[in-house]
Amino acid sequence: MKLVTAIIKPHMLEEVKTALESFGIEGMTVSEASGFGRQRGHTEVYRGAEYTVDLVPKVRLEVLVDDEDAKDIIDVLVKSARTGRIGDGKVWSVPVDDIVRVRTGERGLDAL
Amino acid sequence: MIPIELDSGNTAWILTSSALVLLMTPGLALFYGGMVRAKSVLNMMMMSFGALALVSILWVLYGYSFAFGNDIGYGVLGDPTEFIGLKGLMEDTDAALPAMAFVGFQAVFAIITVALISGAIADRAKFSTWMIFVGIWVSIVYFPVAHWVFDFTLTDENDVVTHTGGWIANNLAAIDFAGGTAVHINAGIAGLALAIVLGKRIGWRKDPMRPHNLTLVMLGAGLLWFGWFGFNAGSAVAANNTASVVWVNTLVATAAAALGWLITERFRDGHPTSLGAASGVVAGLVAITPACSSVSPIGAILVGAIAGVLCALAVGLKYKLGYDDSLDVVGVHLVGGLWGTLAIGLLATEDAPAGVSGLFYGGGVDQLWRQAVGALAVLLYSGILTLIIGFILQKTIGFRVSPDAEAEGVDSSEHAETGYDLGTLSATLRGMSFGAGSSRHDTDDDEPTGARANHDEEVTA
Repeated sequence: MKLVTAIIKPHMLEEVKTALESFGIEGMTVSEASGFGRQRGHTEVYRGAEYTVDLVPKVRLEVLVDDEDAKDIIDVLVKSARTGRIGDGKVWSVPVDDIVRVRTGERGLDAL
Repeated sequence: MIPIELDSGNTAWILTSSALVLLMTPGLALFYGGMVRAKSVLNMMMMSFGALALVSILWVLYGYSFAFGNDIGYGVLGDPTEFIGLKGLMEDTDAALPAMAFVGFQAVFAIITVALISGAIADRAKFSTWMIFVGIWVSIVYFPVAHWVFDFTLTDENDVVTHTGGWIANNLAAIDFAGGTAVHINAGIAGLALAIVLGKRIGWRKDPMRPHNLTLVMLGAGLLWFGWFGFNAGSAVAANNTASVVWVNTLVATAAAALGWLITERFRDGHPTSLGAASGVVAGLVAITPACSSVSPIGAILVGAIAGVLCALAVGLKYKLGYDDSLDVVGVHLVGGLWGTLAIGLLATEDAPAGVSGLFYGGGVDQLWRQAVGALAVLLYSGILTLIIGFILQKTIGFRVSPDAEAEGVDSSEHAETGYDLGTLSATLRGMSFGAGSSRHDTDDDEPTGARANHDEEVTA
């Protein structure tokens, strides 16, 4: 099993979610995030006082998947989140030891 | 003798204007509240509401008498006992305007003047000390200055003086229609004095202290503008031609100042901002306040446009001079008030209701020096007294919250409240539960267990 994590542009969330649903995933977790990569922040000015905003708002999207789906899901994520402009984000996956569905106690693949 | 009858039109307008001006203080609370960080929004607003509550009562007890009692000598103060507790003013005398209408109208001026000062000490003042300051300051600074500026000497039909007023309005004959000196220079210099006494906020010029809610600021500026028509046009103390000229001048000066501020920003910083528009509106209102009865609408546009540019540049002074006037009470109210007061000496036209000519309208420097003396007198009196009051309070009961309280936020330390609870998770993540005594702050031996413990760790991690 794998945890696929994607950091994407907030306005791409709807598109990415739809693409993942069409692929047939069973669930996902979305949270607000901020950070920087090659895209850096911007400057804001309030009554002449300048502020540098270093961190850019992003959305972090996490999906738990079966090993054999991981590569395809990463492809779907990358394709649907891409605008071709700087700041599109990153996608990665890490191995997962165990998964438990809290309500039933099912473990492993059954909990997906 | 012709019997005087109650003028219901004038009375209706003054009562309406009083309510308009009252709304300016909650408007100011929004304007200031949006400009501070989220952790001090309630305290910022409470400083205005606290002034509303306390000054209203002091005004009735003795404030009106200090300001509008018969002069005790040299135009410095009204007789403190003449109207103490507003005695004698309930009687229906058939005067054109009931005394109580004027009492109410002037009360709301006293309130907003004190509330204006609070912008200079955002994020760091003890609320209890602020309230004591409000009581002392309004009593020994505002009430006398209101007497100097707003209390006119009255005569009967035989030119016999029936009431002696204050020295700036009568002896000096400086023009301050609605309070450039008494309200804005007065509050502006007091703000500077308190900013110096309290010192800079922790992290000033390092930590981000940007306005947390500019929509509140815009709403507040809108309410201030709305209420200001009562402030200025109501100061005609009648529903007449003067009030109407003043109304139009108040409209265009404010519009011109908003444009002036935005254009300044566009060329200096690259973008015209909403905070700039809101600030320009207030700067224009401040500047036209003393001048609204003595300039033409074209003159008012000039007063406003110059105020917009001047104040947009002046708000940068604090960074150069190193005082933390948090919300620019100096840059907007002191500078705008000084400009508006002096502008009368330059741009007053005989055609306007005040009937005086300034330097650019062939009147020479006669009015200009009167304006300058009036402005300087209020500046020095208020500045020096506020420094003394502030310094004594700071050294005795303390004016500033502890560094820990300041870091946590004055809403929490001074009022035990927070302004916002946004998002579905926030209450849970803060470990909040209903009812008193269940919080870990209240019980030492209460070991957090289970899910609560986890949440607590998340918050403190």
